[in-house]
Amino acid sequence: MAGSIPASATASAAGAALPRVGPWKDAWRRFRKHRMAVVSAVVLSLIVLAVLIGPLVWPVPIDEIDFTARLEGPSWSHPLGTDDLGQDLLARMLYGGRISLAVGVTAMIVAVFLGVLIGSIAGMAGGKLDAGLMWVTDLFLSLPQLPVLLLIIYLFRDSLRGFVGPEMGVFILIVAVIGLFNWMPVARLVRAQFFSLREKEFVEAARALGASRMRLVVRHILPNALGPVIVAATIDVAAAIIAESTLSFLGLGFPPDIPTWGRLLFDAKDNLDFAPHWALFPGLAIFLSVVTINFVGDGLRDALDPRRML
Amino acid sequence: MTQYLIRRLLIAIPSLLGISVILFTVLALAPGDPFEELATNPAIPPEVRMQLRASLGLDDPIHIRYFSWLLAMIRGEWGFSFVSRIPVDQLIMQRLPTTIAVIGASQVLALCIALPVGIYSATRPYSIFDQIANTLAFVGFSLPTFFTGLLFILFFSIYLDWLPFVYNTNIDATGWRWWWEHIRQSIMPVAVLGLFQGATWTRFVRSAVLDVIRLDHVTTARAKGLPESRITMRHVVRNALIPVVTLVALQMPAVFGGAIVTEQIFRVPGIGSLLISAILANDTPVIMAVTFVFSILVIFFNLVADILYGWLDPRISYR
Repeated sequence: MAGSIPASATASAAGAALPRVGPWKDAWRRFRKHRMAVVSAVVLSLIVLAVLIGPLVWPVPIDEIDFTARLEGPSWSHPLGTDDLGQDLLARMLYGGRISLAVGVTAMIVAVFLGVLIGSIAGMAGGKLDAGLMWVTDLFLSLPQLPVLLLIIYLFRDSLRGFVGPEMGVFILIVAVIGLFNWMPVARLVRAQFFSLREKEFVEAARALGASRMRLVVRHILPNALGPVIVAATIDVAAAIIAESTLSFLGLGFPPDIPTWGRLLFDAKDNLDFAPHWALFPGLAIFLSVVTINFVGDGLRDALDPRRML
Repeated sequence: MTQYLIRRLLIAIPSLLGISVILFTVLALAPGDPFEELATNPAIPPEVRMQLRASLGLDDPIHIRYFSWLLAMIRGEWGFSFVSRIPVDQLIMQRLPTTIAVIGASQVLALCIALPVGIYSATRPYSIFDQIANTLAFVGFSLPTFFTGLLFILFFSIYLDWLPFVYNTNIDATGWRWWWEHIRQSIMPVAVLGLFQGATWTRFVRSAVLDVIRLDHVTTARAKGLPESRITMRHVVRNALIPVVTLVALQMPAVFGGAIVTEQIFRVPGIGSLLISAILANDTPVIMAVTFVFSILVIFFNLVADILYGWLDPRISYR
């Protein structure tokens, strides 16, 4: 029933009853109603904060080898235990979390940029160009992503490593490849938004005033398509974190000296029977980040999608 | 219906060609020369190397190389594995049944979870059951398969010691015992994949049923005095399944990704673990072929989805 009420009618009704609030404040009000989303936002900020300032508070080096403390469970000197070389897991997780989250956010930016670009070209052009671009989008959607990702990483990793150094090389490769395979949902969404928005009166008015195509897109249509894109972008971060962890877990992502959460799991999986803590903590970190991001995305959907407004 | 099927098959061909173009482009753009080893060998003069290149067609224009590559791929001439010297198609045919069996069983499990739970939640929206199911589904699809796999091993194999965690192909037992051992070692891989898919699909089913349940034809059916179970099964679920089939087809690439990870964790001898071991051993022909097989599988399942579509909604096949 909520879906059948036009957004404008509810918006004006709310405006009459309540003191005037801006659209962002209104969205915040709706976001707060989603209890899990608020809890998740708090937990997620804690994770981000821990990863950002954690290495300053816990200045144990990530590669300090101590054979007297191998595979130890959690204790006061090593709150999350140690791995098979006696390296402190808390320090490694804090450092690796930076990489995992950075990959997630950067890959999301690449995916959203590509998706908005392709979606708006298809949505503005229509006709043959639109059909062609949508065919390509569908094609990418039916690619078996993980095998192709693995194929690309296998073929390109050595040369790129020689080009910009091992760490940056792998980072760029992974971000580019994950971004390249995650833009399709955003493109479809933006195209659908464009199709409905470009026929609206305010766009027609701007066109009548002589606004150029570029100005129409950037100033009038894109800002109105922003809500769903933000939701999709949030969920893309979670997808990218999972993709990176999967690659590292298969031993084909980051090298062992960059302990991303997936890489830690990869190293830990052969010692599962005598050092379960080694696998549990990084796995929990991935799970917590992904589940909180997904819940925040769900909350943002409620907040930013006016059709869902109750 | 036949006409519809033929049309769908014809639509599948360009997508297969498109995917082959993408795969070939990746391969052609990749750095590295198959003749690198010969270049460093002083016994082979550069002219001979050039002749070899020319005779193998490496200097041909790119579109000719693409067509000869595509022809070889279609004919099943996938070359020999660098590592084991076995023809690649034999290697894949050995492994493919296991992968199909694991994926198939997990999809059945996912359906057995998603359909009842999704329908029940949607018929009682915002009840306690719905809220619990919703939260669990959210948690379920946020848990990456590699972590659930490790958790399962930790709990069922190490802590409880109920199930084996390494898949054993050479079970020396016959009859019932053989079946029993196979089922026992398949439980965890199938459960990991199936629960993940089930969680994702439950959300699809719930929202699709919720959309259909408030349509007018359902009210009409109720007004006619039909029993509630018949309304749900015949009038709601059949219509709700149409968008679900689309979403499930879109999920297929993710399913195969999950299968690769699961096979790797439990050492299931399928094509997923073949892919990983081939990558670790730099076995290019096997990597190419497995990726190609995965692409064909995705397209095949998209076709199956189209057929289901035509069956669920006869209007589509007449268009």
